[in-house]
Amino acid sequence: MTAMAPSASNTVAASLDASGDDAGLSAATPWRDFWSAFKENRGALIGLAAVLAIALVAIFANVLAPHSPYEQFRDAVKAPPVWADGGSWHFILGTDGLGRDMLSRLIHGARVSLFIGVAVMSVSFVLGIAIGLAAAFFGDVADVLISRVMDLIMAVPSLVLAILVVAVLGPSLTNTIVAVTIVYLPRYVRLVRAQAMAELTKEYVTAARVVGVGTLRLMFVTVLPNCLAPLIVQAALGVSDAILEAAGLGFLGLGAQPPLAEWGTMLADAREFIRSNPWLVTLPGLAILITVVSINLAGDGLRDALDPKMRKS
Amino acid sequence: MLRHLLKRLALTIPTFVALMFLTFVAIRLVPGDPVEVRVGERGISPERLAYFRHELGLDQPLWRQFIDYVMQLAHGDFGTSFVTNARVASEFLALFPATIELSLCAMLLAIAIGIPAGALAAVKRGSFYDQTLMTLSVTGFSMPIFWWGLLLIMFVAERWGLTPVSGRIDLIKYYFEPTTGFMVIDAALSGQKGAVLDALHHLVLPAIVLGTVPLAVVARMTRSAMLEVLHDDYVRTARAKGLSPLAVIGQHALRNALIPVVTVIGLSVGSLMAGAVLTETIFSWPGVGKWLIESIGRRDYPSLQGGVLLVSTVVILVNLGVDVLYGLINPRIRHGQ
Repeated sequence: MTAMAPSASNTVAASLDASGDDAGLSAATPWRDFWSAFKENRGALIGLAAVLAIALVAIFANVLAPHSPYEQFRDAVKAPPVWADGGSWHFILGTDGLGRDMLSRLIHGARVSLFIGVAVMSVSFVLGIAIGLAAAFFGDVADVLISRVMDLIMAVPSLVLAILVVAVLGPSLTNTIVAVTIVYLPRYVRLVRAQAMAELTKEYVTAARVVGVGTLRLMFVTVLPNCLAPLIVQAALGVSDAILEAAGLGFLGLGAQPPLAEWGTMLADAREFIRSNPWLVTLPGLAILITVVSINLAGDGLRDALDPKMRKS
Repeated sequence: MLRHLLKRLALTIPTFVALMFLTFVAIRLVPGDPVEVRVGERGISPERLAYFRHELGLDQPLWRQFIDYVMQLAHGDFGTSFVTNARVASEFLALFPATIELSLCAMLLAIAIGIPAGALAAVKRGSFYDQTLMTLSVTGFSMPIFWWGLLLIMFVAERWGLTPVSGRIDLIKYYFEPTTGFMVIDAALSGQKGAVLDALHHLVLPAIVLGTVPLAVVARMTRSAMLEVLHDDYVRTARAKGLSPLAVIGQHALRNALIPVVTVIGLSVGSLMAGAVLTETIFSWPGVGKWLIESIGRRDYPSLQGGVLLVSTVVILVNLGVDVLYGLINPRIRHGQ
């Protein structure tokens, strides 16, 4: 997939460098190479900017939200947003069925959704590397066992498996993360395994073995850095998948539980007001869509910039 | 070819065993004793509890229970629903046609629009049309379909009154016994005037919702597969010998570009089933997905267990079928090892 640098002491940057073959530009700074390829893609830039903005909103939710996401304004239940008739600047995006400020809930929802996405991604990333490398390096029984388990997880439709996990563990934010991680883990494991297996046939690995590099060092220091580029892309796109899946679980009532402001759960709560108060349905979904689109745009840009074959075309 | 087939088949067997193990373990991890869950609020004397536990084989060691479970499955017994006391397999079979009907229509929609749209985008690469389509594709791919469904209900069904809100057919106007389980076919068989049209009318929104993500994927895949073959030698040869652009694109380029696209379509059965769970819930579509969700709500664990097992089995078998078909289409595999 990516061209590999035959050095035993690679860094991520070096493996990016190996794939960055923009001739003419200085090859000394791989990050600049990467950035110059990335910034050519307008969609990716917009996506990245939006992701950063959403991340800032999530981090500073406490400061930015005009109200508490849980406070119920009993005298202003289902207040319309400011642009509609009867709307006021006090509740810019209106209030929900219990009189809670929508804008504040959406802002805090960004925190929940991004937290789920990043948590799933980090756990899958680490476990994927550990399990994938184990399959590639220890071969035989370990490989067969790991591959079959991953096949099994892939064979069960994602949401159905997540539902089964939640049914066993009970619905909660933590269990949502567990369920979605289990669902998406095989993608990381397979990627790492395939990448590492391809690397293992290369001469620098043989060379390292001959010099007597230990297995653990060989796995994590010699081979792993050369497998990272596609894994980073997978991780970026994995965040958006996790957010969508978690929102779906929340919508089905199997994810984060009320009163937590989670976008999917908010949508489920708003279903009964679909006729009378359409913005209650529109806004949380829009928040999910914008977040997921932004991450996907940025992730696509990342992939194109890391993959020299895509970059040329 | 035969070896390829047998190898694939052999690889499926451990997956099946693991799947049975997964559903077996999952159901035993669910909090609460199955008998007590079944009895519910009424309560039960310890003697009766022990009796029922023995009846259900729950006093046996776990490995014994697993073997019994596998034997039951081998006899086609997927358990009995706690709630309806019906066989899980027969409930599944009664509901599955609704899910197939919906999924097929969604997929047809995705193929019918996605392939030509993607091919055209590749030919007109970089144009306004191409950019618009790719933007739409990213949006479709990122769509939270449960929200998309609610939006369509809100506008198309409620505000503009163009389609029904939920269900498979107007039950007040039309009633007939299901023969095939496919509403459109049953409606045609019933001979009632307007029934087929009404069934199709009910299908439109759910099919659009379930078809949105596959449509985005198919359009994108077709575009990139086309871009790859458009530079190939045989396409240049076809152009050079003076074939019309339509013949070059349609007969030479698209035909080869479609091989990976067909594979992706076939392998998306799993994600279609996942999408069906959400779509059926939104539109009250009486299929397998809605049934699974309801089983959780009712704590009907045998239905959940059997349902997950059956849905996954279907997905595994379809994927296997796609793999074999792929071998048949792709000469490299057909003539290879």
